[in-house]
Parts: sequence; C-alpha cells; structure tokens
Amino acid sequence: MAACFSCDAHASEAGLLAYDIVGDAVPAALGGLLGDPERGREIVLDRRSGNCLICHALPAIDQHFQGELGPALAGVGERLSTGQIRLRLIDQSRINATTIMPPYYRVDALSHVAPEYIGQTALQAQQIEDVVAYLSTLSSSP
Amino acid sequence: MNWRALCFALIATLPSAATSTEILPSGTTFLSQGLQAQAADAGANPGMLWVADGERLWNTAESAASSSCASCHGDAEVSMRGVATRYPLVIPGSNQLLNLEGRINTCRVQRQNALAYAHESDELLSLSAFVARQSLHMPLKVTVNDANAEFFAAGEAAFHQRRGQLNLSCANCHVERVGLRLRGDVITHALPNAFPIYRLEWQGLGSLHRRLRACALGVRAEMFDYGSEAYLNLELYLTVRANGVAVETPGIRK
Ligand code: HEC
Ligand code: HEC
Repeated sequence: MAACFSCDAHASEAGLLAYDIVGDAVPAALGGLLGDPERGREIVLDRRSGNCLICHALPAIDQHFQGELGPALAGVGERLSTGQIRLRLIDQSRINATTIMPPYYRVDALSHVAPEYIGQTALQAQQIEDVVAYLSTLSSSP
Repeated sequence: MNWRALCFALIATLPSAATSTEILPSGTTFLSQGLQAQAADAGANPGMLWVADGERLWNTAESAASSSCASCHGDAEVSMRGVATRYPLVIPGSNQLLNLEGRINTCRVQRQNALAYAHESDELLSLSAFVARQSLHMPLKVTVNDANAEFFAAGEAAFHQRRGQLNLSCANCHVERVGLRLRGDVITHALPNAFPIYRLEWQGLGSLHRRLRACALGVRAEMFDYGSEAYLNLELYLTVRANGVAVETPGIRK
C-alpha cells in the first residue's frame, strides 16, 4: 500500500467534491457541472493536462503518436454509460485494484508526488466533466 | 501453435525475477534498424564525439599541481577494460555505493588534486563514456553480495513502488508492459548497459540518472538529485537485472 502522510489534509486542501458510487458508476456530474465535449477533446489530446494518448488510441489520429497500454477509446461512448466513464476517470482503481490507469480525481494514497502537484487532482472537476462529455460522444461508427 | 510453443510463449511474457539467470534483451534491440546501425557504427554514432573528448581528458593534467588519469592508470584500453561492468559497487570498508561517475569524481578529488566535475557536465559525461567504452561488448557483471545487499533491496523496493500523481511504478511499465507503445516510444526493460546515451530529444549525451529524472517527470513524481542515494540504489538494481547484458556505450535513443 502506498504511503500517505496526511490524506485528510490533502483531501480538504484540494477541496474535492463529494460523489456517490452506484455499482460501477458515478451517475451524477461532479458538483452538477456541465461538461463541454470540445474542451474535453482538447484535454484528452493535450500533453500537459489529460495526455491520455500516451496510453490510449483515438480514431483519426496518427498511429505513431498513440499508446497501447489501455484499450482504444473508439466506441467507448457506446460501451459505457456516462456514469461508468466518470468513475473510470475519477478513480479506475475502484473497479480494478491493480489498474495502471492513473486516478484523475483523487489525492490520497499517492506517494512521492512532485511538490508542485501535491494535494492537487490530475484533472479538476470541470475538466473531468468535459472529458466525460467528450468520451460519451465516441461511437464506433465514425 | 502447438502446446509446447504456447507454453513457451506464455513463459516468455511472464515478468522475470531480478535474480533469474535469464539475460534480458538490450534496449537497443527495440530501436529502428536505422538507429541500431547508427549506434553500432563508431563513425556515425554522435556519442563518439564525447568518447573522443574523454580520451583527451584522460591524457591531460588540468594544472601543474594535478596529474592526468593516464599518469596513474596508463593505457585505458588495458587498465579500464571491464571496469564499467563492475559498477556500481561498494568500495570495501566504505559502506557507500559508487557508480562510475562517482568513482571518476573520487579520483579527481582524492588523487588528482582537482575539483569534482559537475553532474551532467560535458567533462564528466565524456570521461565516463570513454571509460565505459573500454568495456564495449563485455557483459555486465554486478550481482548481489553482502556489501551491496542493503542498497539492492532499497533499489528493488523503489522500482516496484507506485509513485507520482499518475501513480505508476517503474515495474508497471518496464516489467509488465515491455514492447508496448507509450505514445511514440516502445517500452524496454530499462537496462543501464548503453549509458551514457545520446538521446535525440536531448540533442546530446546524458546519464542514467538524467533518464530516471525524465521517467519521474512523466509520472509527476518527485525527482531526486543526480548522484543521490535513491538513484544509486535504483542504478544498482537495474544493473543486477541487466547482469550478462553487453555494454553498448554510447547508445542512441529517441
Ligand atoms: C498509464 C496508462 C493510462 C493513462 C495515462 C490513461 N489510461 Fe485510461 N485506461 C488504462 C487501462 C490499462 C485501462 C483498462 C482498464 C483497467 O485497467 O482496469 C483504461 C481504461 C479506460 C477507460 C475504460 C475503457 C473501456 O473500454 O472500458 C476509459 C473511458 C479511459 N481509460 C479513459 C482515459 C482517459 C480519458 C484518460 C486521460 C485523461 C486516460 N484513460 C488515461 C490506462 C491508462
Ligand atoms: C509510464 C511509463 C513509465 C514509467 C512509470 C517509468 N518509465 Fe522508464 N521509460 C519509459 C519510456 C517510454 C522510456 C523510453 C523507452 C525505453 O527506453 O524503454 C523509458 C526509458 C527508461 C530507461 C532507459 C532505457 C534505455 O535503454 O535507454 C530507463 C533506465 C528507465 N526508463 C528506468 C525507469 C525507472 C527506474 C523508473 C521508475 C523510477 C521508470 N523508468 C518509470 C516509461 C516509463
């Protein structure tokens, strides 16, 4: 188990919004925020924020610049409900304890985090909702 | 595929234990044919510029009060042959782990009446590349013993600990996902046999510790100092895993 020296302090410092898990999903949007799929797409592609393509492939993007550590994201909006996508982004380890997919909305039970990121989530609540909105639009037929 | 071939394929994909006797494939084998050929050709490998400079430094005394490496060690082709295959090591009685760069700087300070070179300085990279080059094609020969066991254990633990905001361990990539593409890179076993390496992204030569810092940055983890105990321990662990793999300094990487 990774060390966490002051999980509670981190959680409150980061001001994480509370959410309810139902089955393998978080049905309600974080803080009731409305996601913007256009912004979500940018976050997914941007190396400095989501950077999802280090692990995932997206349709219509040069193969050489996409990862293959996770499943291709084509059609994910058909395979999964919005709430299921949301939980996978918030904290995939709730579904698969040994996953390598980073927890994008969690600050506890992390170790040796670089000082500039301590107590911060990898994506903010609004960004999570933007990415959820974008992924929900991905169907397998282009 | 018959049953036997299937068994073999399954075994081949299992993560190998650090202490197993299996010899892992060098990172170079994951490169394009073109880059592999360039690395193997001393006339085309840009890292050889540093090696040439290292040879010059080897033979030069910095001041009248100092002496050159050659004045103690003579011909490097003879005296330095195989040396790099034994590092990092614990100097008997010191309980301190030293890598090749550390050894060179110890000589500078204790024997040459000179100042230690800065980490990642052209001088230190050149000399360590020149010294390591004298072990070209020789297998790494570092194993666990009484003197280094404690450092090895710390390195092994660090290698398997998830770290950073992205919560990944070295093993998550370099054991469990070898051969898969992480964006434009193909993940290798993270062996130290070709360092210092010429990396196209750096447009220059860099040490193993610089590469470790790059991986830390990638997972948004705390970066440790060049030459720090944390990185020396990891270097020892990586070298023991690479036992038997031939030295290829200076390697080329993307
Ligand atoms: C370090 C690798 C890695 C990164 C980075 C990563 N993922 Fe994943 N992702 C995975 C893996 C592996 C899975 C497979 C599920 C598991 O491990 O339990 C997965 C699963 C998913 C799933 C479920 C897919 C399905 O078909 O069931 C979604 C959605 C997803 N990721 C979205 C994202 C988004 C969006 C990002 C960036 C903000 C991202 N991932 C970043 C590795 C990663
Ligand atoms: C998210 C994936 C990931 C993680 C985690 C990671 N690395 Fe890497 N590492 C890479 C990639 C990609 C490369 C470039 C391709 C290669 O050489 O394997 C690389 C390169 C290396 C190399 C250079 C190998 C060579 O032959 O040039 C070493 C050594 C290394 N990593 C060690 C480590 C160590 C030690 C850790 C943990 C402290 C670590 N890495 C964590 C992805 C990762």
